[in-house]
Formats: sequence, C-alpha cells, structure tokens
Amino acid sequence: MSRDLSGAREVLDGDDVARALTRIAHEVVERNKGAADLVLLGIPKRGVPLAYRLAERISAVEGTEVPVGALDVTMYRDDLRLRPARALEHTDIPPGGIDDRIVVLVDDVLFSGRTIRAALTALEDIGRPRAVRLVVLVDRGHRQLPIRADHVGKNIPTSLVESVKVRLAETDGHDGVLLDKPAPQTTEVLP
Amino acid sequence: MIRHLLSAGDLSLDDATLVLDTADEMARLTEGRAVKKLPTLRGRTVVNLFFEDSTRTRTSFELAAKRLSADVINFSAKGSSLSKGESLKDTALTLEAMGADGVVVRHSASGAPYRLATSGWINACVVNAGDGTHEHPTQALLDAFTMRRHLGELAGKQIVIVGDVLHSRVARSNVLLLATLGAKVTLVAPPTLLPNGVEHWPCATSYDLDDALTGADAVMMLRVQKERMNAAFFPSAREYSRRYGLDARRQALMPPEALVLHPGPMNRGMEITADVADSARSVIVEQVTNGVYVRMAVLYLMLAGNATTEEAA
Repeated sequence: MSRDLSGAREVLDGDDVARALTRIAHEVVERNKGAADLVLLGIPKRGVPLAYRLAERISAVEGTEVPVGALDVTMYRDDLRLRPARALEHTDIPPGGIDDRIVVLVDDVLFSGRTIRAALTALEDIGRPRAVRLVVLVDRGHRQLPIRADHVGKNIPTSLVESVKVRLAETDGHDGVLLDKPAPQTTEVLP
Repeated sequence: MIRHLLSAGDLSLDDATLVLDTADEMARLTEGRAVKKLPTLRGRTVVNLFFEDSTRTRTSFELAAKRLSADVINFSAKGSSLSKGESLKDTALTLEAMGADGVVVRHSASGAPYRLATSGWINACVVNAGDGTHEHPTQALLDAFTMRRHLGELAGKQIVIVGDVLHSRVARSNVLLLATLGAKVTLVAPPTLLPNGVEHWPCATSYDLDDALTGADAVMMLRVQKERMNAAFFPSAREYSRRYGLDARRQALMPPEALVLHPGPMNRGMEITADVADSARSVIVEQVTNGVYVRMAVLYLMLAGNATTEEAA
C-alpha cells in the first residue's frame, strides 16, 4: 500500500481518507444521537473541505442538512509575533450561528494543539456552543497543550523532524497523507 | 508588507490586494457578531497623533485599533503640549519613551509622516493619516475597497475624480493606488485647481465634467478646501458648482449603476447636491464603515507580525 513519492511516504491513500471520513461521520452521529443541533466548522485551509465532506456524509446517513462553515483562527494565534503578519483565510459562520449548538471543529492534522486552542478562543467571540468536539484526519502527537481529538482518522506516530502533509482533491488535486522525513542536516521548523 | 504606510504609491499590486482582501475578512469577522473585538493586537500601543482637526479619520483609526484590542492614545494639537510649540522631534521622542508600536499621524505639513518614519527618532510603524496636500493612503484604500465591493475587481474600470485636485491629498493617493490596481482615472477640475506636473501622473485630465461622466463606473467628488485656498481659484462658488458640482441632471448622464463617492466632510450644495449625496447610488456613508475595516487591515498587517523576520518567510 505504501509507496515512495520523492522521499515522502504515503501513509494514507485516497481510499483510506474516504473510509476514515465515512467512519468519523458515523461516529459523530452516534455520539450525538443524530444530526440535531450539529454545526461543522472547518479550520482553513484543509479543514474546510474536510468539514464539507463530513457534512455530506452525515446528511446521507441522517437525511437532514447539517450547517457547515469555516473558522479562520489566524487572528487568535499565539505565535503571531514570531512571524510576519499573515494573510487571513475566510471565516464563514452558518446563518443559524453557534449558540446552544454542538460545534464540531474539523482540521487536517492535530500536532501541538495550539491551533485548536486558538479556535476555542475564536468560538468564544462568536457565541456559546452547548459543546465543542474535535475531528482530525491525522493525529501526529507531540501535544504542547492539554487538548485531545474526539474522532481521529488515523494516529500516526511521528518524530519532530518529520512533517505530515495532507493532500485533498479540493486544494491539491488528489487525496492522500504523506509522511516526509527531511534530509538529516535540515532543521525545518514545523508549525 | 511595507513597514510604514506613507504613500499609496509605495504599495505594490500584491500589497494593495493583500490589504483589500484582509479588510474583506475584517468586515466578515466583525459584521453582525456579538463580540466585535479581536485579541490580535493585545498589548500593542497605537498613538493617534493629530496635528490637524479630524473627526472621521481619527475616530476610524481609534475604533480600528480598539477592535483589534490595541491600547490607543490620542494626541491632538489642541489640549496638548503641541499647542505650546513643542517640535515634531520632541513629540516623537516622548512617544518613543512611552513605547508606541504604531503611530498614526496627521499633519498640515506635507512630508511630516515621512520625517517621522525616516529620522530615526522612533522605532514605531508610521501610518500617514493625511499630510498637508500630499497624501492620505488609507482614504484611497477605503475608497478602493468600497468600489471593489460594488464593482468587482477595479482593473479597467473608469473612475472620475472631480474638484479641488490641487489641495487634495485624497486625489493624489487615489490616483496612485487606482493606477496600481489597473483602473483608468480621469481628473476633472478647473485649470486653476489642477497641480503643476499633473501631466506626469498616471491618469487623464479633463475640464469638462459632463463629457467625463458618460461611461464612468464611479465618480468621486472632492471637497472644495476653503481653508487651504489663499487665492481666487474660481470666480464664485455659484460658478464652480454649476460647472463642477454633481447634481441630479449630471447624475442622470452617468450609467445607472455608477457609484458616487465623497471622502467627506461634504459641502452640500457646493460640489455635490443633497439629493445626489442621499441617492441610492451614493456610497458615502458606507465609505465611513469601510474605513474601519481597511484601517483594521492596515494595523493588523503592520503591527501583528514581527517585521524583523520578514526575510525569513
């Protein structure tokens, strides 16, 4: 199943990604006892197409439309001062808002947990959800904050010098997850 | 992104587009939201240094900085040591000692913000909020933002700027920014109110308003700046408003979807009649709202990151 792609190892192919999302969709519905009050919010960039795919699958299972949107957390990051100012991504909160809803945050990779911390702060300014849950396609470990995901596509144990790259049809033309091990002398700083 | 915003001409197409796109997101992040505040500039200090009167621009910058959670200090010439004759340098050194991260400056002397930014007196980022008859870059950005929201991308659009171009920093900044964005600008004014060297600006000029209005996508009326006029530039207010004022008859010459802009404050009945200013195609009030988003974008892009790591990224 795994093959070499210019030094990067493919740990999930397109079919694996599809199967993981289908399983997560069922898990979310099971945990929530239906699709009532769910709001899916993807974190740009790749969390957003994932959120839309999940919403589609949940709708197919439950037969109801699930509100889905995007939540950019750039303005809430704790590392803003460490880098030059970044362009903002779209934030798009569904018309019903998030008050008293079950918000499901969707991201591609869970790493330090700092993005999710920023997302939780961002949610505070938008409303007060009844509960917040977290879906990630890949959990690569190395948490720096007490944050965990409720539903994980795949746990991939990594070392800090490795990088995990999620590829999605919407942003990159095809689906897949790559594990990239840089040459030993490179000291790449990961996000 | 540039470190100081002194002239609209300093912005590349990429920079200008980044500011406008960021302003779009700022609008999305604050419109209709319970908490209209973002924590991004927490702990940063923005000083509004206004040597010249202003309501719109100062409150707009103040609101923008506060929405981003920055601490804001307002210095205006009246009621501070500036009215006791303190020099720009001494004021700047005071601000530096207080640890200002960003200085928004308005001054009646053209070039004052440039002096402040390049003299080495302060380390803060300097934003020009209008200097003499030179430039007012954030006004040009908010005008472009407003037009872009209604007209789409501005490349190839016909923009007519009418009135006292000679004394107008708004016109200068707009011509430079709109040229960068690819719009076609025509300045319309009596010959006495066009500056020397206007033929070298990236725009066309005309003395005939009726002719310029047909085919315009947007028309921007400039205020007749009586306070800067020290000579007779036109025979009478009545003649000026007949030849260069925008009234309902002239508005009818414009395409039905064309926008009417005015940077404010308006002299109703002089350069623009009340019915045009309050018409459905007038976006004059919206310009004020958009000013906050654009200034949030500018402050975010200049102050949120760490400029010293610019090369690394």
